[in-house]
Amino acid sequence: MLEVRGVSIRFGGVQALDGVSLAVAAGGITALIGPNGAGKSTLFSVVSGFLAPNAGTVHFLGEDVTGVAPHRLCRMGIARTFQIVQPFAAQTVRENIAVGAHLARPSRREALAHAERVAERVGLAQLDKLAANLTVAARKRLELARALATGPKLLLLDEVLAGLNPNEVAAVLPVVRAIRDSGVTVFMIEHVMQAVMNLADTVFVLNEGRLIAGGPPAQIASDARVIEAYLGHGAAERLRRAAEAAHA
Amino acid sequence: MRELAAITALTIVVALLPAFVTSGFALNLAIMVLYTTLLGQAWNVLAGFGGQFSFGHALFFGTGAYASAALQVHLGVNAWLALPVAIACGAAAGAFVGALSFRYGLRGSYFALVTLAFAEVFRILANSVAFTGGGVGLLLPLKESAANLQFAGKAGFLYLILAFVLAGFLVSWWLKHSRFGAWLAAVRDSEESAAALGVDVFRVKLGAIALSAALMSAGGFFYVQYFHYIDPHIAYGPAVSVEALLGPIAGGLGTVFGPLLGAAMLQLLGELTRNLAGDAPGVSLVVYGVVLIGMVTFLPRGIAGLIARRGA
Repeated sequence: MLEVRGVSIRFGGVQALDGVSLAVAAGGITALIGPNGAGKSTLFSVVSGFLAPNAGTVHFLGEDVTGVAPHRLCRMGIARTFQIVQPFAAQTVRENIAVGAHLARPSRREALAHAERVAERVGLAQLDKLAANLTVAARKRLELARALATGPKLLLLDEVLAGLNPNEVAAVLPVVRAIRDSGVTVFMIEHVMQAVMNLADTVFVLNEGRLIAGGPPAQIASDARVIEAYLGHGAAERLRRAAEAAHA
Repeated sequence: MRELAAITALTIVVALLPAFVTSGFALNLAIMVLYTTLLGQAWNVLAGFGGQFSFGHALFFGTGAYASAALQVHLGVNAWLALPVAIACGAAAGAFVGALSFRYGLRGSYFALVTLAFAEVFRILANSVAFTGGGVGLLLPLKESAANLQFAGKAGFLYLILAFVLAGFLVSWWLKHSRFGAWLAAVRDSEESAAALGVDVFRVKLGAIALSAALMSAGGFFYVQYFHYIDPHIAYGPAVSVEALLGPIAGGLGTVFGPLLGAAMLQLLGELTRNLAGDAPGVSLVVYGVVLIGMVTFLPRGIAGLIARRGA
């Protein structure tokens, strides 16, 4: 469905992405993980058209979409959420979601009605509340609902679970799964490992702008390069020895 | 729907005004309130609903004014025929400035400065070229008849400005209940989010500035018909730009009735302070300024915001 081929991007002296290639299969949940500053959000910005890469291409449904503007990509079926949520603060929850719903619905009444259905799908109540007055957890759901209302084929979720407590995380997991089951391919950046292990079919790991691993979650969790990226050089070796000592 | 009912009721009341009020002073006051409302409505489309604060709406006012005045004076075109041309010229000026500034992502104070600069450039141009009459300005020849849009009494002008204000109301109402309006509000609140949800930010902003400029140029057209005269300072000077933004800010940004409430309040306040301190020059302006500062400080959401809070 989505294919990233050799994407590189540079901000001044920082190589944010360095020849990243990966593919997201249709119909599943793919996760992108990595330490802070690894380039995950930058990759999302390239895929969703907010940043043009210095090198490499992005293909969506077999078409080269590198450098295509965000609103056009959205019309083609790529919707994204932002890590730092950006609700339309002066508008109600219903009005916020209706902006996404308007993409395929010129009628105001239909868009508002569709907004209600989407809100129900993601478990958002209080449709007449101003977005500015929502809790962090509700804002994350609103961000998700708006993107979902555009009727995407591919949904890019940038840390929708960050800042939530364990109960709230547990409540969102079935929502994401239900979105996948409805036929929307999900590509998510996530730090909450419990969620990644629980949800994802495939996990990609970025570190310092390079893709260092990719595969099923169980395989990634025991990958020495991944452990080192998170815990520092030599960590995998120390962990292995500690485990052996415990067995002996 | 309640808003549409209020707009209808208001239109009927104003339309019946000449049947009961014969005082030229009162009718002139009503005309000036409506005229200021129209300027405010125009500015409110772009700034209140779209979040793009222009400081140079005189550009569109002056373009509408000069387009109609030049057609009428130099080519002898009928005023009614000059009206659509004036509005088209104003909208084109809006689209031109919008295309230039939004293409390069100008926002906030930079956008305000660019619009101010454009208005100033046009003021200097209007001062220097022949067909605007230079600094002398253009004087409409007197040919009193409704066919020439030169009415014998005030009532005719009241109906003309009422028609423009009604159009302004309907545009504002439409922005609150349409997809374009929803997209414009999304762009105002977060351009990035709007783009991610499939909104073509550039085209929405361009549409808003063209619409705003079209309404503003109708204001310029009215000015020329009512006062029979236009010069570069009136047309493109900063006074009109300020007049356009004061009303909506005092009345309530991004609301349907804010521009009317603001215009009514400011016009009445202006009349009052003029009469209070008729002899001492400047005192009225000081009072006017103090009241304005108080309003902005204590009513950040304008008179409409105050009414909404009371109603809730």
